[in-house]
Amino acid sequence: MTVPPKLRQLLVGLPAGLALSSLLSAAPAYAAATVNKGDTAWMLIATILVILMTIPGLALFYGGLVRTKNVLSVLMQVFICFCMISVLWFIYGYSLAFTNGNAFIGGFSKLMLAGVDYNTLAATFSKETYIPEFTYIIFQLTFAAITPALIVGAFAERMKFSAILLFLALWFTFAYLPMAHMVWWWAGPDAFTLSADNIDAVKAAVGEAAANDFLAKLAAATDDAAKAVVLGDYATAVNASNGWLFNKGALDFAGGSVVHINAGVAGLVCAIVLGKRLGLGKEVLAPHSLPLTLIGACLLWVGWFGFNAGSNLEANGLTGQVVFNTILATAVAALAWTAGEWVTRGHPSLLGAASGAVAGLVAITPACGWVSPTGALVIGLLAGIICLWAVVWLKAKLGYDDALDVFGVHGIGGILGALLTGYFVNPGIGGVGVTDYLATDTSVKALEYSFSAQMSAQIYGVLTAIILSGIVSYVALMICKYTTGLRVPEQEEREGLDIGSHGERAYS
Amino acid sequence: MKYIIAIIKPFKLEEVREALGAIGVQGITVTEVKGHGRQKGHTEFYRGAEYAVSFIPKVKIEVAVEKAMADRVVETIQAAGQTGQIGDGKIFVLPLESAVRVRTGETGSAAL
Repeated sequence: MTVPPKLRQLLVGLPAGLALSSLLSAAPAYAAATVNKGDTAWMLIATILVILMTIPGLALFYGGLVRTKNVLSVLMQVFICFCMISVLWFIYGYSLAFTNGNAFIGGFSKLMLAGVDYNTLAATFSKETYIPEFTYIIFQLTFAAITPALIVGAFAERMKFSAILLFLALWFTFAYLPMAHMVWWWAGPDAFTLSADNIDAVKAAVGEAAANDFLAKLAAATDDAAKAVVLGDYATAVNASNGWLFNKGALDFAGGSVVHINAGVAGLVCAIVLGKRLGLGKEVLAPHSLPLTLIGACLLWVGWFGFNAGSNLEANGLTGQVVFNTILATAVAALAWTAGEWVTRGHPSLLGAASGAVAGLVAITPACGWVSPTGALVIGLLAGIICLWAVVWLKAKLGYDDALDVFGVHGIGGILGALLTGYFVNPGIGGVGVTDYLATDTSVKALEYSFSAQMSAQIYGVLTAIILSGIVSYVALMICKYTTGLRVPEQEEREGLDIGSHGERAYS
Repeated sequence: MKYIIAIIKPFKLEEVREALGAIGVQGITVTEVKGHGRQKGHTEFYRGAEYAVSFIPKVKIEVAVEKAMADRVVETIQAAGQTGQIGDGKIFVLPLESAVRVRTGETGSAAL
C-alpha cells in the first residue's frame, strides 16, 4: 500500500527500528505477552558469563599487568566495585536507567525494585516476546558493574582506595546511568500497538488520560489516512519518553558507547588529573604476571559472548550471528595487533595478542548485531591496528599515564566501533540493516539506509559519551580531591599499595 | 681461612657444585643475583613501554675453605663454570677472620 504523505513525513528521522507503516497493514491486535523458557535460560547464562568477565576476568587481566607490590590493590578495586555497584543498582540504578522519566534519565518508580516480582516482565526487541524482569535487571546489573571497574586500569598503582570508591559511585550515578538510559531506554515494541486490547501497555506508555484520548480518536478515524495520523501522533507521544540517543537513531547493540567510550574517556581524564606514577620513564613498571593477564583476557573473551549475544535479549538466529561476529572480530584483531608488533618492533608479544583481542572485542561491541561477518572482520582488523597505534604512539606523544591503557583500548576502540557500525550496518554491503521492531516479521527494515543520516546518529552517540563522561569524571575527581584526597602518599606509592592501602602481601 | 665468592651463569650451578664436591668442599651457599660486566642486556616491550634491561640473572656461590685449599677451589670453579662466552662471571677471594659451627660451637678449621 502507498504510504500517505503525512505519515511519510513522520517516518523520516524516526528512532531506529520504528516503522509505522507496519501498523497500518493489519489491524492492531491484542499484544499477548509470552515468556519463552529458552530465552530466559539463555539470558540467565549470558548474565553469569558477564559476571565472570568482571570477577575474575577483568580483575586478573589488570592484576597481571601491574607490579607485584600492587596486584592486590587492583584485584580489590575491581572486586569491591562489582559489589558496590550491585547494591547501588538495586537501590536506584535500575530505576534511573530503565523507567520512564525524561529523555536523559529515568525516574524513581522502581527504587529498591518497587513493584518488581518474579512475575513482572521486561520487553525484548520482538513483539509479544518478553523475559522475566528480574532476568533483565540482573543482566543489566552486570553491565553497570563492569563499566566503572574498567576505569580502574587508568589510575592503577597510585589512587587512594577511599577516593576510588567515592569516584566510581559518583561516576556510575551521573555518567553511566544517563548514558544507559539515553541509548537503550524505549517503550518496547508492544507499546506502539494502539488498541483497546492493549490498554495496559498504552496506559503505561502515555498515561491514562492520553490513552483514552488516543483510543477515542482512533475509533473515530474513518479511513487509513486518518488512522495513520492518529497512529503517528500516538507514536510520537510514546517516543517522547524514549532515551534521547535511541530517538536519534544511534545504533549501539551491546554498549560500545554506554560502556567503552564512557569508561575510556573517564580513564583518560583520571590519568591526566591524577598525574603520572612515580618513576615513569625511569624505573621498570612492567607487568609482573602475564599468565594472569592472559587468563583474564580469555575470561573476558568467553564472557563477552554473554555481553554481546545476551544483548539480543532472546535466543534466536541473530544471537548466533552475534556470537560469530564476536569471535571473528576478536581473532582478527589479536592477529592484527600481533602482526603490527612483529613488523614494527620485531617481536610478536603475548601482551600484544591479548590486548589486540580485547581491542577487537571492544570495537565489535556496538556493531555485533548490526554487521555481517565480513564487516566484523574489517572492524577487528582496524581495531587491532588503530588501538596498537593509540597505545604505543598516541599515549607517548600526548604524555598521559593511562597505566593500563583504558583510553587506548576502550576509548579509541569504542569510538572506532561506533563509527564503523554506522557504515557496516548497511544492508547493501551485507549488514543487518536497521530492523523494524514493530513488524511481526523482523526481517523487515525500518528505513532505507542512509550513510549520512546513520553516521550523524552515531556521531551524536560518540560525542554525548565523550562530553558527559569527561565532565562527570572531572567533577567527581574534584569532589574526591577536596574530601578524601586523590593520590596515596609518596612513601606508600613506593612501598606498594598492597601493603599501604590493604595491609597485605600478594606473594610471600 | 679464605672466603670465596663466585658469580657464575645460573645453568652452570649444578656442574660447579658437583666439581666442588669432588674435591672435598661440602658446604656451599647459593644466592640468585642480577648483574653485568661487559655482557649486554636485552630490551623488553610491554605495549607502549620499552625497557632496556641491563641486569642479567646470575648465581652467586659462597664457600669458606682452608687457606691451603683456596687456589684449588678457585681453579675448580673456574673450570666448571666457564663457557667461553662473555658473561661467565668472576671469582673473588677474601680473607676469613673466623668461623663457628652453630650446632656444636666448634671454631676455626673444625667449623669448615
